[in-house]
Amino acid sequence: MKKSARYFPIFVLPTLLAFTLFFIVPFLMGIGLSFTKFTTVTNAKWGGFENYIKAFTFDKEFLHALGFTSLFTIVSMITVNVFAFSLALLLVRKMHGTTFFRSVFFLPNLIGGIVLGYIWNLLINGVLSYFGVDITFKTQYGFWGLVVLTNWQLIGYMMVIYIAGLQNVPDELLEAAQIDGASPLTVLFKVKLPIVMPSVTICMFLTLANTFKMFDQNLALTAGAPENTTEMLALNIYNTFYGRVGWQGVGQAKAVIFFLIVALIAFLQLKLTSRKEIEQ
Amino acid sequence: MKKRHLQLPTMNTVVFDFLVLLAVLFFIPIALVFINSFKSRLFISSEPFSIPKGEMFVGLSNYIAGLTTAGFFQAFLRSAFITVFSVVLILVCTSMTSWFIVRVKNRFTKGLYYLFAFSMIVPFQMVMYTMTYVVNRLNFDNVLGINFVYLGFGAGLSVFMFTGFIKSIPLDLEEAAEIDGCNPLQTFFLIIFPVLKPTAITVAILNAMWIWNDYLLPYLVLGTDSKTVPVAIQIAMQGAYGATDYGGFMAMLVLAIIPIITFYLCAQKYIISGVISGAVKG
Repeated sequence: MKKSARYFPIFVLPTLLAFTLFFIVPFLMGIGLSFTKFTTVTNAKWGGFENYIKAFTFDKEFLHALGFTSLFTIVSMITVNVFAFSLALLLVRKMHGTTFFRSVFFLPNLIGGIVLGYIWNLLINGVLSYFGVDITFKTQYGFWGLVVLTNWQLIGYMMVIYIAGLQNVPDELLEAAQIDGASPLTVLFKVKLPIVMPSVTICMFLTLANTFKMFDQNLALTAGAPENTTEMLALNIYNTFYGRVGWQGVGQAKAVIFFLIVALIAFLQLKLTSRKEIEQ
Repeated sequence: MKKRHLQLPTMNTVVFDFLVLLAVLFFIPIALVFINSFKSRLFISSEPFSIPKGEMFVGLSNYIAGLTTAGFFQAFLRSAFITVFSVVLILVCTSMTSWFIVRVKNRFTKGLYYLFAFSMIVPFQMVMYTMTYVVNRLNFDNVLGINFVYLGFGAGLSVFMFTGFIKSIPLDLEEAAEIDGCNPLQTFFLIIFPVLKPTAITVAILNAMWIWNDYLLPYLVLGTDSKTVPVAIQIAMQGAYGATDYGGFMAMLVLAIIPIITFYLCAQKYIISGVISGAVKG
Protein backbone atom coordinates (compact mmCIF):
# COMPACT_ATOMS: atom_id res chain seq x y z
CA MET A 1 0.00 0.00 0.00
CA LYS A 2 3.08 2.23 0.03
CA LYS A 3 2.46 3.06 -3.61
CA SER A 4 -0.98 4.53 -2.86
CA ALA A 5 0.52 7.17 -0.59
CA ARG A 6 2.06 8.89 -3.60
CA TYR A 7 -1.41 9.40 -5.03
CA PHE A 8 -2.30 11.79 -2.21
CA PRO A 9 -2.66 14.84 -4.54
CA ILE A 10 -5.30 13.09 -6.65
CA PHE A 11 -7.23 11.26 -3.95
CA VAL A 12 -7.25 13.71 -1.06
CA LEU A 13 -6.21 17.17 -2.16
CA PRO A 14 -9.47 18.34 -3.88
CA THR A 15 -11.62 17.42 -0.88
CA LEU A 16 -9.05 18.67 1.60
CA LEU A 17 -8.69 22.00 -0.21
CA ALA A 18 -12.44 22.68 -0.29
CA PHE A 19 -12.78 21.49 3.31
CA THR A 20 -9.91 23.70 4.50
CA LEU A 21 -10.95 26.83 2.61
CA PHE A 22 -14.67 26.72 3.32
CA PHE A 23 -14.79 25.02 6.68
CA ILE A 24 -11.52 24.92 8.68
CA VAL A 25 -10.41 28.47 7.88
CA PRO A 26 -13.86 30.05 8.49
CA PHE A 27 -14.20 28.04 11.71
CA LEU A 28 -10.86 29.27 13.11
CA MET A 29 -11.54 32.81 11.90
CA GLY A 30 -14.93 32.64 13.61
CA ILE A 31 -13.41 31.71 16.95
CA GLY A 32 -10.83 34.49 16.61
CA LEU A 33 -13.36 37.13 15.56
CA SER A 34 -15.65 36.34 18.48
CA PHE A 35 -13.06 38.08 20.67
CA THR A 36 -12.95 41.21 18.53
CA LYS A 37 -15.07 44.16 17.49
CA PHE A 38 -15.58 44.36 13.74
CA THR A 39 -17.90 45.45 10.95
CA THR A 40 -15.95 43.78 8.16
CA VAL A 41 -13.48 40.97 8.73
CA THR A 42 -10.50 43.23 7.99
CA ASN A 43 -11.12 45.92 10.62
CA ALA A 44 -11.26 43.68 13.69
CA LYS A 45 -10.00 45.13 16.99
CA TRP A 46 -9.24 42.97 20.03
CA GLY A 47 -11.96 43.12 22.65
CA GLY A 48 -11.44 40.13 24.92
CA PHE A 49 -14.60 38.62 26.31
CA GLU A 50 -16.61 41.80 25.72
CA ASN A 51 -18.82 40.19 23.03
CA TYR A 52 -19.65 37.24 25.25
CA ILE A 53 -20.61 39.52 28.12
CA LYS A 54 -22.67 41.69 25.77
CA ALA A 55 -24.51 38.64 24.40
CA PHE A 56 -25.80 37.79 27.86
CA THR A 57 -26.28 41.21 29.43
CA PHE A 58 -27.18 43.91 26.89
CA ASP A 59 -29.11 41.57 24.69
CA LYS A 60 -32.19 40.20 26.44
CA GLU A 61 -33.42 38.68 23.19
CA PHE A 62 -30.57 36.16 23.15
CA LEU A 63 -31.51 34.68 26.52
CA HIS A 64 -35.15 34.71 25.47
CA ALA A 65 -34.26 32.88 22.25
CA LEU A 66 -32.27 30.33 24.28
CA GLY A 67 -35.26 29.72 26.54
CA PHE A 68 -37.74 29.63 23.66
CA THR A 69 -35.56 27.22 21.69
CA SER A 70 -35.03 24.93 24.69
CA LEU A 71 -38.74 24.76 25.51
CA PHE A 72 -39.62 24.21 21.87
CA THR A 73 -37.00 21.46 21.62
CA ILE A 74 -38.27 19.63 24.72
CA VAL A 75 -41.93 19.79 23.66
CA SER A 76 -41.09 18.66 20.13
CA MET A 77 -38.86 15.80 21.33
CA ILE A 78 -41.67 14.41 23.45
CA THR A 79 -44.55 14.86 21.01
CA VAL A 80 -42.68 13.74 17.88
CA ASN A 81 -41.33 10.59 19.49
CA VAL A 82 -44.56 9.57 21.22
CA PHE A 83 -46.54 9.95 17.97
CA ALA A 84 -43.84 8.35 15.82
CA PHE A 85 -43.50 5.36 18.14
CA SER A 86 -47.28 4.88 18.33
CA LEU A 87 -47.55 5.00 14.54
CA ALA A 88 -44.69 2.52 14.21
CA LEU A 89 -46.50 0.13 16.59
CA LEU A 90 -49.60 0.31 14.37
CA LEU A 91 -47.62 -0.12 11.15
CA VAL A 92 -45.63 -3.22 12.11
CA ARG A 93 -48.93 -5.14 12.17
CA LYS A 94 -49.50 -7.61 9.38
CA MET A 95 -52.06 -5.59 7.48
CA HIS A 96 -52.84 -4.30 4.00
CA GLY A 97 -51.59 -0.88 3.03
CA THR A 98 -48.78 -0.49 5.57
CA THR A 99 -46.28 0.41 2.85
CA PHE A 100 -48.64 3.07 1.50
CA PHE A 101 -49.20 4.63 4.94
CA ARG A 102 -45.48 4.58 5.63
CA SER A 103 -44.86 6.49 2.38
CA VAL A 104 -47.49 9.12 3.12
CA PHE A 105 -46.26 9.79 6.66
CA PHE A 106 -42.64 9.99 5.52
CA LEU A 107 -43.21 12.41 2.62
CA PRO A 108 -43.18 15.74 4.55
CA ASN A 109 -39.63 15.02 5.68
CA LEU A 110 -38.38 15.53 2.13
CA ILE A 111 -39.83 19.03 1.74
CA GLY A 112 -37.41 21.84 2.52
CA GLY A 113 -37.78 24.08 5.57
CA ILE A 114 -38.69 27.27 3.68
CA VAL A 115 -41.48 25.58 1.69
CA LEU A 116 -42.70 23.77 4.84
CA GLY A 117 -42.86 27.05 6.71
CA TYR A 118 -44.99 28.74 4.06
CA ILE A 119 -47.33 25.75 3.67
CA TRP A 120 -48.10 25.92 7.39
CA ASN A 121 -48.23 29.68 7.33
CA LEU A 122 -51.11 29.42 4.85
CA LEU A 123 -52.90 26.70 6.81
CA ILE A 124 -52.53 28.23 10.28
CA ASN A 125 -53.37 31.76 9.15
CA GLY A 126 -56.37 30.34 7.29
CA VAL A 127 -57.72 28.78 10.49
CA LEU A 128 -56.87 31.77 12.67
CA SER A 129 -58.55 34.17 10.22
CA TYR A 130 -61.91 32.83 11.41
CA PHE A 131 -61.05 34.35 14.78
CA GLY A 132 -59.84 37.58 13.21
CA VAL A 133 -56.16 37.07 14.09
CA ASP A 134 -53.03 35.60 12.51
CA ILE A 135 -49.95 33.71 13.67
CA THR A 136 -48.05 36.89 14.52
CA PHE A 137 -50.73 37.89 17.03
CA LYS A 138 -49.37 36.02 20.04
CA THR A 139 -46.10 34.30 20.95
CA GLN A 140 -48.01 31.12 21.86
CA TYR A 141 -49.50 30.89 18.37
CA GLY A 142 -46.04 30.93 16.83
CA PHE A 143 -44.74 28.44 19.39
CA TRP A 144 -47.48 25.87 18.85
CA GLY A 145 -47.41 26.53 15.11
CA LEU A 146 -43.74 25.54 15.10
CA VAL A 147 -44.49 22.47 17.23
CA VAL A 148 -47.23 21.30 14.84
CA LEU A 149 -45.03 21.94 11.81
CA THR A 150 -42.13 20.03 13.36
CA ASN A 151 -44.38 17.11 14.22
CA TRP A 152 -45.66 16.99 10.67
CA GLN A 153 -42.12 17.05 9.34
CA LEU A 154 -40.39 14.63 11.70
CA ILE A 155 -43.00 12.03 12.74
CA GLY A 156 -42.62 10.01 9.52
CA TYR A 157 -38.83 10.19 9.70
CA MET A 158 -38.68 8.89 13.28
CA MET A 159 -41.43 6.39 12.50
CA VAL A 160 -39.35 4.56 9.87
CA ILE A 161 -36.46 4.26 12.34
CA TYR A 162 -38.79 2.88 15.03
CA ILE A 163 -40.30 0.43 12.53
CA ALA A 164 -36.80 -0.82 11.69
CA GLY A 165 -36.18 -1.25 15.42
CA LEU A 166 -39.49 -2.98 16.12
CA GLN A 167 -38.87 -5.46 13.32
CA ASN A 168 -35.90 -6.67 15.35
CA VAL A 169 -38.18 -7.85 18.15
CA PRO A 170 -38.19 -11.66 17.79
CA ASP A 171 -41.63 -13.23 17.29
CA GLU A 172 -40.79 -16.07 19.71
CA LEU A 173 -40.32 -13.53 22.48
CA LEU A 174 -43.76 -12.01 21.86
CA GLU A 175 -45.39 -15.43 21.73
CA ALA A 176 -43.66 -16.48 24.94
CA ALA A 177 -44.90 -13.34 26.66
CA GLN A 178 -48.43 -14.01 25.42
CA ILE A 179 -48.37 -17.60 26.70
CA ASP A 180 -47.19 -16.31 30.07
CA GLY A 181 -50.29 -14.11 30.10
CA ALA A 182 -48.62 -10.72 29.78
CA SER A 183 -51.01 -7.86 28.99
CA PRO A 184 -50.36 -5.79 25.83
CA LEU A 185 -49.07 -2.92 27.98
CA THR A 186 -46.65 -5.21 29.81
CA VAL A 187 -45.43 -6.55 26.47
CA LEU A 188 -44.92 -2.99 25.25
CA PHE A 189 -42.97 -1.74 28.24
CA LYS A 190 -41.15 -4.91 29.29
CA VAL A 191 -40.44 -6.57 25.94
CA LYS A 192 -40.66 -4.18 23.00
CA LEU A 193 -39.35 -0.96 24.53
CA PRO A 194 -36.13 -2.43 26.00
CA ILE A 195 -35.28 -3.99 22.61
CA VAL A 196 -35.88 -0.79 20.63
CA MET A 197 -34.04 1.36 23.19
CA PRO A 198 -31.15 2.07 20.75
CA SER A 199 -33.70 3.42 18.24
CA VAL A 200 -35.21 5.59 20.97
CA THR A 201 -31.82 7.10 21.73
CA ILE A 202 -31.14 7.75 18.04
CA CYS A 203 -34.56 9.33 17.47
CA MET A 204 -34.33 11.48 20.59
CA PHE A 205 -31.01 12.96 19.50
CA LEU A 206 -32.12 13.33 15.88
CA THR A 207 -35.18 15.29 16.97
CA LEU A 208 -33.02 17.30 19.35
CA ALA A 209 -30.53 18.23 16.62
CA ASN A 210 -33.26 19.00 14.09
CA THR A 211 -35.25 21.25 16.39
CA PHE A 212 -32.48 22.97 18.35
CA LYS A 213 -30.72 24.12 15.16
CA MET A 214 -33.93 24.97 13.28
CA PHE A 215 -33.69 28.06 11.05
CA ASP A 216 -35.61 27.86 7.74
CA GLN A 217 -38.97 26.86 9.23
CA ASN A 218 -38.66 29.57 11.87
CA LEU A 219 -37.88 32.21 9.25
CA ALA A 220 -40.74 31.20 6.94
CA LEU A 221 -43.43 30.59 9.56
CA THR A 222 -43.11 33.59 11.88
CA ALA A 223 -39.71 35.27 11.17
CA GLY A 224 -39.68 35.94 14.93
CA ALA A 225 -42.95 37.88 15.03
CA PRO A 226 -44.43 39.27 17.23
CA GLU A 227 -41.48 41.46 18.27
CA ASN A 228 -38.85 38.72 17.96
CA THR A 229 -40.51 36.65 20.71
CA THR A 230 -40.71 33.55 18.49
CA GLU A 231 -37.12 33.95 17.37
CA MET A 232 -35.06 30.81 17.87
CA LEU A 233 -31.28 30.75 18.47
CA ALA A 234 -30.18 30.29 14.87
CA LEU A 235 -32.42 33.12 13.67
CA ASN A 236 -31.33 35.35 16.55
CA ILE A 237 -27.68 34.82 15.59
CA TYR A 238 -28.47 35.54 11.94
CA ASN A 239 -30.30 38.76 12.82
CA THR A 240 -27.46 39.87 15.08
CA PHE A 241 -24.98 39.45 12.21
CA TYR A 242 -26.98 40.96 9.40
CA GLY A 243 -29.58 43.14 11.11
CA ARG A 244 -27.51 45.21 13.54
CA VAL A 245 -24.53 47.24 12.39
CA GLY A 246 -21.53 46.99 14.73
CA TRP A 247 -22.89 43.84 16.40
CA GLN A 248 -21.09 41.33 14.17
CA GLY A 249 -18.65 40.49 16.97
CA VAL A 250 -21.53 39.75 19.34
CA GLY A 251 -23.15 37.65 16.61
CA GLN A 252 -19.97 35.62 16.27
CA ALA A 253 -19.72 35.20 20.05
CA LYS A 254 -23.32 33.95 20.11
CA ALA A 255 -22.46 31.55 17.30
CA VAL A 256 -19.56 30.14 19.34
CA ILE A 257 -21.87 29.66 22.35
CA PHE A 258 -24.39 27.96 20.04
CA PHE A 259 -21.63 25.69 18.73
CA LEU A 260 -20.50 24.80 22.26
CA ILE A 261 -24.05 23.79 23.27
CA VAL A 262 -24.47 21.66 20.13
CA ALA A 263 -21.04 20.07 20.67
CA LEU A 264 -21.95 19.27 24.27
CA ILE A 265 -25.15 17.56 23.12
CA ALA A 266 -23.20 15.57 20.50
CA PHE A 267 -20.65 14.53 23.13
CA LEU A 268 -23.46 13.38 25.41
CA GLN A 269 -24.96 11.37 22.57
CA LEU A 270 -21.62 9.69 21.86
CA LYS A 271 -21.26 8.75 25.55
CA LEU A 272 -24.80 7.44 25.79
CA THR A 273 -24.80 5.41 22.57
CA SER A 274 -21.39 3.83 23.13
CA ARG A 275 -22.41 2.81 26.66
CA LYS A 276 -25.59 1.19 25.29
CA GLU A 277 -23.56 -0.81 22.79
CA ILE A 278 -21.35 -2.24 25.53
CA GLU A 279 -24.37 -3.26 27.58
CA GLN A 280 -25.76 -5.39 24.79
CA MET B 1 -57.23 -19.48 19.93
CA LYS B 2 -60.63 -19.30 18.27
CA LYS B 3 -61.34 -16.02 19.97
CA ARG B 4 -58.12 -14.51 18.72
CA HIS B 5 -58.92 -15.38 15.14
CA LEU B 6 -62.21 -13.58 15.39
CA GLN B 7 -60.71 -10.58 17.10
CA LEU B 8 -57.81 -9.81 14.79
CA PRO B 9 -59.66 -8.76 11.62
CA THR B 10 -61.98 -6.33 13.44
CA MET B 11 -59.04 -4.83 15.30
CA ASN B 12 -57.21 -4.40 12.02
CA THR B 13 -60.23 -2.67 10.44
CA VAL B 14 -60.33 -0.11 13.24
CA VAL B 15 -56.59 0.50 12.92
CA PHE B 16 -56.91 0.70 9.14
CA ASP B 17 -59.71 3.27 9.27
CA PHE B 18 -57.78 5.30 11.81
CA LEU B 19 -54.69 5.26 9.58
CA VAL B 20 -56.73 6.34 6.55
CA LEU B 21 -58.03 9.30 8.54
CA LEU B 22 -54.52 10.17 9.66
CA ALA B 23 -53.14 9.88 6.12
CA VAL B 24 -55.83 12.30 4.91
CA LEU B 25 -54.92 14.71 7.72
CA PHE B 26 -51.26 14.41 6.81
CA PHE B 27 -52.00 15.26 3.22
CA ILE B 28 -54.21 18.31 3.92
CA PRO B 29 -51.40 20.90 4.07
CA ILE B 30 -50.07 19.88 0.65
CA ALA B 31 -53.57 19.61 -0.84
CA LEU B 32 -54.40 23.07 0.49
CA VAL B 33 -51.47 24.69 -1.32
CA PHE B 34 -52.41 22.78 -4.47
CA ILE B 35 -56.03 23.96 -4.31
CA ASN B 36 -55.05 27.55 -3.68
CA SER B 37 -52.65 27.56 -6.61
CA PHE B 38 -55.73 27.58 -8.90
CA LYS B 39 -57.46 30.36 -7.01
CA SER B 40 -57.44 34.05 -7.81
CA ARG B 41 -55.01 35.86 -5.49
CA LEU B 42 -57.83 38.05 -4.20
CA PHE B 43 -59.44 35.05 -2.47
CA ILE B 44 -56.42 33.18 -1.10
CA SER B 45 -56.07 34.97 2.23
CA SER B 46 -59.78 35.58 2.72
CA GLU B 47 -61.06 32.10 1.75
CA PRO B 48 -58.14 29.65 1.93
CA PHE B 49 -60.34 26.59 2.52
CA SER B 50 -62.90 26.98 -0.25
CA ILE B 51 -62.69 25.08 -3.53
CA PRO B 52 -61.83 27.41 -6.43
CA LYS B 53 -64.86 27.69 -8.69
CA GLY B 54 -66.67 30.44 -10.60
CA GLU B 55 -64.88 33.74 -10.33
CA MET B 56 -62.33 32.27 -7.91
CA PHE B 57 -60.95 29.80 -10.43
CA VAL B 58 -58.15 31.21 -12.56
CA GLY B 59 -56.84 28.10 -14.31
CA LEU B 60 -53.10 28.10 -14.87
CA SER B 61 -52.60 31.86 -14.76
CA ASN B 62 -50.94 31.65 -11.31
CA TYR B 63 -48.45 29.19 -12.72
CA ILE B 64 -47.65 31.47 -15.62
CA ALA B 65 -47.25 34.43 -13.25
CA GLY B 66 -45.12 32.42 -10.84
CA LEU B 67 -42.84 31.08 -13.54
CA THR B 68 -42.29 34.34 -15.40
CA THR B 69 -42.32 37.32 -13.04
CA ALA B 70 -40.07 36.20 -10.22
CA GLY B 71 -37.45 34.51 -12.37
CA PHE B 72 -38.60 31.25 -10.89
CA PHE B 73 -37.93 29.19 -13.98
CA GLN B 74 -34.28 30.24 -14.03
CA ALA B 75 -34.09 29.53 -10.30
CA PHE B 76 -35.42 26.06 -10.99
CA LEU B 77 -32.74 25.30 -13.59
CA ARG B 78 -30.07 26.81 -11.35
CA SER B 79 -31.11 24.66 -8.39
CA ALA B 80 -31.11 21.55 -10.56
CA PHE B 81 -27.66 22.37 -11.93
CA ILE B 82 -26.14 23.06 -8.50
CA THR B 83 -27.69 19.95 -6.96
CA VAL B 84 -26.45 17.61 -9.71
CA PHE B 85 -22.99 19.18 -10.01
CA SER B 86 -22.40 19.29 -6.25
CA VAL B 87 -23.61 15.74 -5.66
CA VAL B 88 -21.37 14.32 -8.43
CA LEU B 89 -18.41 16.33 -7.13
CA ILE B 90 -19.04 15.16 -3.56
CA LEU B 91 -19.45 11.52 -4.63
CA VAL B 92 -16.24 11.36 -6.66
CA CYS B 93 -14.02 13.42 -4.36
CA THR B 94 -15.11 12.10 -0.97
CA SER B 95 -15.16 8.44 -2.00
CA MET B 96 -11.56 8.75 -3.19
CA THR B 97 -10.56 10.58 -0.03
CA SER B 98 -12.28 7.96 2.13
CA TRP B 99 -10.52 5.11 0.39
CA PHE B 100 -7.18 6.85 0.91
CA ILE B 101 -7.93 7.46 4.58
CA VAL B 102 -8.80 3.79 5.18
CA ARG B 103 -6.03 2.21 3.11
CA VAL B 104 -3.12 4.53 3.89
CA LYS B 105 -2.99 4.43 7.65
CA ASN B 106 -0.83 7.05 9.32
CA ARG B 107 -1.16 9.82 11.84
CA PHE B 108 -2.12 12.33 9.16
CA THR B 109 -5.03 10.37 7.69
CA LYS B 110 -6.28 9.52 11.17
CA GLY B 111 -6.28 13.18 12.14
CA LEU B 112 -8.02 14.03 8.89
CA TYR B 113 -10.74 11.50 9.63
CA TYR B 114 -11.42 13.04 13.04
CA LEU B 115 -11.51 16.54 11.51
CA PHE B 116 -14.15 15.45 8.99
CA ALA B 117 -16.20 13.77 11.73
CA PHE B 118 -15.87 16.88 13.90
CA SER B 119 -17.20 19.13 11.11
CA MET B 120 -20.53 17.27 11.23
CA ILE B 121 -21.43 18.70 14.63
CA VAL B 122 -20.57 22.34 13.85
CA PRO B 123 -23.76 24.33 13.21
CA PHE B 124 -23.81 26.45 10.06
CA GLN B 125 -24.26 29.70 12.03
CA MET B 126 -20.78 29.19 13.51
CA VAL B 127 -19.06 29.58 10.15
CA MET B 128 -21.60 31.41 7.98
CA TYR B 129 -20.20 34.94 8.29
CA THR B 130 -16.52 34.07 7.86
CA MET B 131 -17.28 31.48 5.17
CA THR B 132 -19.14 34.10 3.14
CA TYR B 133 -16.12 36.39 3.48
CA VAL B 134 -13.68 33.72 2.28
CA VAL B 135 -15.96 32.75 -0.61
CA ASN B 136 -16.26 36.36 -1.76
CA ARG B 137 -12.52 36.97 -1.50
CA LEU B 138 -11.75 33.89 -3.59
CA ASN B 139 -14.48 34.74 -6.14
CA PHE B 140 -16.30 31.47 -5.56
CA ASP B 141 -19.56 33.41 -5.15
CA ASN B 142 -21.10 32.08 -8.35
CA VAL B 143 -23.05 29.11 -9.69
CA LEU B 144 -19.84 27.16 -10.37
CA GLY B 145 -17.95 28.07 -7.22
CA ILE B 146 -20.78 27.17 -4.85
CA ASN B 147 -20.35 23.49 -5.76
CA PHE B 148 -16.90 23.52 -4.17
CA VAL B 149 -18.35 25.19 -1.09
CA TYR B 150 -20.83 22.30 -0.89
CA LEU B 151 -17.94 19.86 -1.30
CA GLY B 152 -16.28 21.44 1.73
CA PHE B 153 -19.45 21.32 3.84
CA GLY B 154 -20.71 17.95 2.61
CA ALA B 155 -17.34 16.25 3.09
CA GLY B 156 -17.90 15.46 6.78
CA LEU B 157 -20.96 13.24 6.50
CA SER B 158 -19.93 11.74 3.16
CA VAL B 159 -16.41 10.76 4.26
CA PHE B 160 -17.87 9.36 7.48
CA MET B 161 -20.31 7.14 5.58
CA PHE B 162 -17.84 6.01 2.91
CA THR B 163 -15.05 5.12 5.35
CA GLY B 164 -17.51 3.07 7.42
CA PHE B 165 -18.27 0.96 4.38
CA ILE B 166 -14.75 0.74 2.91
CA LYS B 167 -13.44 -0.69 6.19
CA SER B 168 -15.63 -3.74 5.57
CA ILE B 169 -14.30 -4.41 2.04
CA PRO B 170 -11.70 -7.24 2.05
CA LEU B 171 -8.21 -6.32 0.81
CA ASP B 172 -7.93 -9.39 -1.50
CA LEU B 173 -9.70 -7.70 -4.38
CA GLU B 174 -7.39 -4.71 -4.40
CA GLU B 175 -4.27 -6.83 -3.94
CA ALA B 176 -5.24 -8.98 -6.90
CA ALA B 177 -5.77 -5.87 -9.01
CA GLU B 178 -2.41 -4.51 -7.93
CA ILE B 179 -0.62 -7.73 -8.89
CA ASP B 180 -2.32 -7.51 -12.27
CA GLY B 181 -0.64 -4.16 -12.70
CA CYS B 182 -3.37 -1.68 -11.85
CA ASN B 183 -2.26 1.64 -10.41
CA PRO B 184 -4.26 2.96 -7.42
CA LEU B 185 -6.46 5.11 -9.67
CA GLN B 186 -7.41 2.15 -11.84
CA THR B 187 -7.90 -0.05 -8.78
CA PHE B 188 -10.19 2.52 -7.25
CA PHE B 189 -12.40 3.23 -10.24
CA LEU B 190 -12.49 -0.28 -11.72
CA ILE B 191 -12.62 -2.39 -8.57
CA ILE B 192 -13.63 -0.34 -5.52
CA PHE B 193 -16.07 2.23 -6.87
CA PRO B 194 -18.57 -0.36 -8.22
CA VAL B 195 -18.57 -2.08 -4.81
CA LEU B 196 -19.37 1.25 -3.13
CA LYS B 197 -22.64 1.62 -5.02
CA PRO B 198 -25.11 1.12 -2.11
CA THR B 199 -23.28 3.66 0.06
CA ALA B 200 -22.88 5.99 -2.92
CA ILE B 201 -26.67 5.96 -3.43
CA THR B 202 -27.21 6.82 0.23
CA VAL B 203 -24.63 9.61 0.16
CA ALA B 204 -26.11 10.98 -3.09
CA ILE B 205 -29.67 11.02 -1.71
CA LEU B 206 -28.72 12.65 1.60
CA ASN B 207 -26.67 15.35 -0.13
CA ALA B 208 -29.22 15.95 -2.91
CA MET B 209 -32.03 16.48 -0.37
CA TRP B 210 -29.89 18.86 1.63
CA ILE B 211 -28.60 20.90 -1.32
CA TRP B 212 -31.94 21.12 -3.19
CA ASN B 213 -33.70 22.39 -0.05
CA ASP B 214 -30.87 24.55 1.32
CA TYR B 215 -31.75 28.20 1.78
CA LEU B 216 -29.19 30.11 3.83
CA LEU B 217 -25.96 29.02 2.16
CA PRO B 218 -27.00 29.90 -1.42
CA TYR B 219 -28.64 33.10 -0.15
CA LEU B 220 -25.38 34.23 1.45
CA VAL B 221 -23.06 32.97 -1.29
CA LEU B 222 -25.04 33.77 -4.45
CA GLY B 223 -27.23 36.58 -3.17
CA THR B 224 -30.52 37.55 -4.75
CA ASP B 225 -29.18 37.90 -8.29
CA SER B 226 -28.76 34.17 -8.86
CA LYS B 227 -31.57 32.73 -6.81
CA THR B 228 -32.08 29.04 -6.12
CA VAL B 229 -35.64 27.74 -5.58
CA PRO B 230 -35.78 28.21 -1.77
CA VAL B 231 -34.20 31.67 -2.09
CA ALA B 232 -36.68 32.67 -4.82
CA ILE B 233 -39.59 31.56 -2.61
CA GLN B 234 -38.30 33.46 0.41
CA ILE B 235 -37.63 36.61 -1.67
CA ALA B 236 -41.07 36.46 -3.33
CA MET B 237 -42.73 36.43 0.08
CA GLN B 238 -40.72 39.06 1.95
CA GLY B 239 -40.07 41.16 -1.16
CA ALA B 240 -42.80 43.77 -1.24
CA TYR B 241 -45.09 44.34 1.72
CA GLY B 242 -48.73 43.83 0.84
CA ALA B 243 -47.88 43.54 -2.82
CA THR B 244 -47.03 39.84 -2.74
CA ASP B 245 -48.82 37.96 -5.50
CA TYR B 246 -50.24 35.13 -3.40
CA GLY B 247 -51.52 33.30 -6.47
CA GLY B 248 -48.11 33.16 -8.09
CA PHE B 249 -46.62 32.30 -4.71
CA MET B 250 -48.89 29.25 -4.28
CA ALA B 251 -47.93 28.08 -7.75
CA MET B 252 -44.26 28.45 -6.81
CA LEU B 253 -44.78 26.31 -3.71
CA VAL B 254 -46.46 23.59 -5.79
CA LEU B 255 -43.68 23.73 -8.39
CA ALA B 256 -41.10 23.38 -5.61
CA ILE B 257 -42.87 20.31 -4.18
CA ILE B 258 -43.55 18.47 -7.47
CA PRO B 259 -39.93 17.44 -8.21
CA ILE B 260 -39.56 16.18 -4.66
CA ILE B 261 -42.70 14.05 -4.87
CA THR B 262 -41.67 12.73 -8.31
CA PHE B 263 -38.23 11.86 -7.05
CA TYR B 264 -39.80 10.20 -4.01
CA LEU B 265 -42.20 8.10 -6.09
CA CYS B 266 -39.35 6.92 -8.32
CA ALA B 267 -36.75 6.11 -5.68
CA GLN B 268 -38.78 5.64 -2.51
CA LYS B 269 -37.07 2.44 -1.39
CA TYR B 270 -33.61 3.97 -1.70
CA ILE B 271 -34.65 7.23 -0.08
CA ILE B 272 -36.11 5.66 3.05
CA SER B 273 -33.28 3.16 3.54
CA GLY B 274 -30.76 5.91 2.76
CA VAL B 275 -32.24 8.25 5.32
CA ILE B 276 -32.31 5.47 7.92
CA SER B 277 -28.67 4.50 7.44
CA GLY B 278 -27.69 8.17 7.37
CA ALA B 279 -29.47 8.71 10.66
CA VAL B 280 -28.10 5.64 12.36
CA LYS B 281 -24.50 6.33 11.36
CA GLY B 282 -24.52 10.10 11.57
